[in-house]
Amino acid sequence: MSTLTYAVRDSGTMLRRNLRRWVRYPSMTVLLVGMPILLLLLFVYVFGATLGAGLGGGSGDRSDYVNYVTPGILLIAAGLAATGTAVSVAMDMTEGIIARFRTMAIARVSVLTGHVLGSMVQTMLSLAVVTGVALLIGFRPTTGASAWLAAAGVLVLTAFAFTWLSVALGLVSKSVETASNLPMPLTYLPFIGSGFVPTDSMPDGLRQFAEYQPFTPIIETLRGLLTGGPVATHAALAAAWCAAIALVGYLWAKKLFNRDPSR
Amino acid sequence: MPPSTAPAAITVAALRKSYGGQVVLDGIDLTVAAGTIFALLGPNGAGKTTTVQILSTLIGADSGEARVAGHDVAREPDAVRAAIGVTGQFSAVDGLLTGEENLRLMADLHHLPRAEGRQRARSLLRMFDLVEAAGKPVASYSGGMRRRLDLAMGLVGRPRVVFLDEPTTGLDPRSRQAMWQIVRDLVADGVTIFLTTQYLEEADQLADRIAVLDHGRLVAQGSAAELKRLVPGGHVSLRFADQAAFDTAVRVLPEQSRKAADLTLHVPGDGGVRSLRDLLDLLDSRSVAVESLSVHTPDLDDVFLALTGQPEKVGTPR
Repeated sequence: MSTLTYAVRDSGTMLRRNLRRWVRYPSMTVLLVGMPILLLLLFVYVFGATLGAGLGGGSGDRSDYVNYVTPGILLIAAGLAATGTAVSVAMDMTEGIIARFRTMAIARVSVLTGHVLGSMVQTMLSLAVVTGVALLIGFRPTTGASAWLAAAGVLVLTAFAFTWLSVALGLVSKSVETASNLPMPLTYLPFIGSGFVPTDSMPDGLRQFAEYQPFTPIIETLRGLLTGGPVATHAALAAAWCAAIALVGYLWAKKLFNRDPSR
Repeated sequence: MPPSTAPAAITVAALRKSYGGQVVLDGIDLTVAAGTIFALLGPNGAGKTTTVQILSTLIGADSGEARVAGHDVAREPDAVRAAIGVTGQFSAVDGLLTGEENLRLMADLHHLPRAEGRQRARSLLRMFDLVEAAGKPVASYSGGMRRRLDLAMGLVGRPRVVFLDEPTTGLDPRSRQAMWQIVRDLVADGVTIFLTTQYLEEADQLADRIAVLDHGRLVAQGSAAELKRLVPGGHVSLRFADQAAFDTAVRVLPEQSRKAADLTLHVPGDGGVRSLRDLLDLLDSRSVAVESLSVHTPDLDDVFLALTGQPEKVGTPR
């Protein structure tokens, strides 16, 4: 078998290990899926009528706001899942079994790819559940199946980028506590973007930040794909951001994992 | 001594390692013959774990050369990894998985076919007395069970060289005996064992060769018997009834005798019947009354004390 075949096979083995660990330790998963659902309900039912009225266009009520906020909530869900990844990587690194893996003739990167694949599965499940709840409370996409598929693709890409970044954050953290704090910006950035209100309504300075930060094009792409609107420019920017974040995360994580553990 | 024709499973030359400014290994040379048990003996902080970490490719050395199973640890780490099994001081098991899942995980990572992996896991569970606990999460295992599973996981790939870093530290006496038996069985199958321990008795019981490590340097190497010969710590301890008898004894006994406590003298000697009789005859002839007498034969504790000068840091099995 070639090196690549071994890498794929070992990654599959590590993926199975990580999925088993998620199943044995479900409280984290419940928290990571529950939080965005709570936020969704909070924003739709508590703030929704007022914020909906401020959107302009349409009837400007709560039902408009569900459509507006769902892409932002999906990004929050992806950001929270990334926090979970960082924590689980940091926890794993404290265990002796990682040292054992390092002394075995396996594809080294599989320890990381196993985490990435496992977290991707978890993130996509979480996004599916959040989307389901959004549909239940009145989220009404106006576009067809191909747009749905494209939106799912955008989410996979985003989850991939976030996951590699959070694997690196988990590795760079000296403790599990640090690992749970470092990815925090990933869950705040949708707020300082177009996730919850249009960026036009923000003051100068903040507005520019909100428009140019990576989350806004991702959110706008999802919004355009699901409820109609311009997609092309946003999508290109979103893809570029995701590719850049994924690459940086991958290279950083690989470097951190391959460093001599004695240093 | 193992026969010199046996090929070396491990050779180490001038191995050095520092952390920051702290020298941990200060030029280590050693050779372990294939199919033997080698014990690296030393107190905490002597550099035992660092040695194992370098030989098992976990960390790199600053300088020096190390070959394991015929391969250089720095240049061909994967070839070394394919030949070794490692059991660390801190158990390298996945606490969220069951014992059997841990072993199957190892089988998968060794790329064993599914059926063979399952079979190997079952036979190791039997060999290590873990059949009943096989389906329970490892987090619920006792210390001894974790350590046995840990060792079993290192054996899934049928390694030719096994590293055991303090395999019995923290184990109760029964678990320690069980672990010793497992080690003896392994070496009977032709496996080479590199063991670290801070227990003199463990090295004495198991090892064909012992190296004493202190502050990153090997201060002695040899079989247990050779090490004991190295330091003739045997003596006869004599206690006298009063100061007068003591003073006379100091005058008549050989010069190497030393005062150990009030009214007590240690006289060098192997404690044999003839030398004891000679000693007592000599004292009798001068009418020196001996209140009590005890014979002390040399053990590895004496070796350690003499070589490192820090007996207080060395543990003894309870």
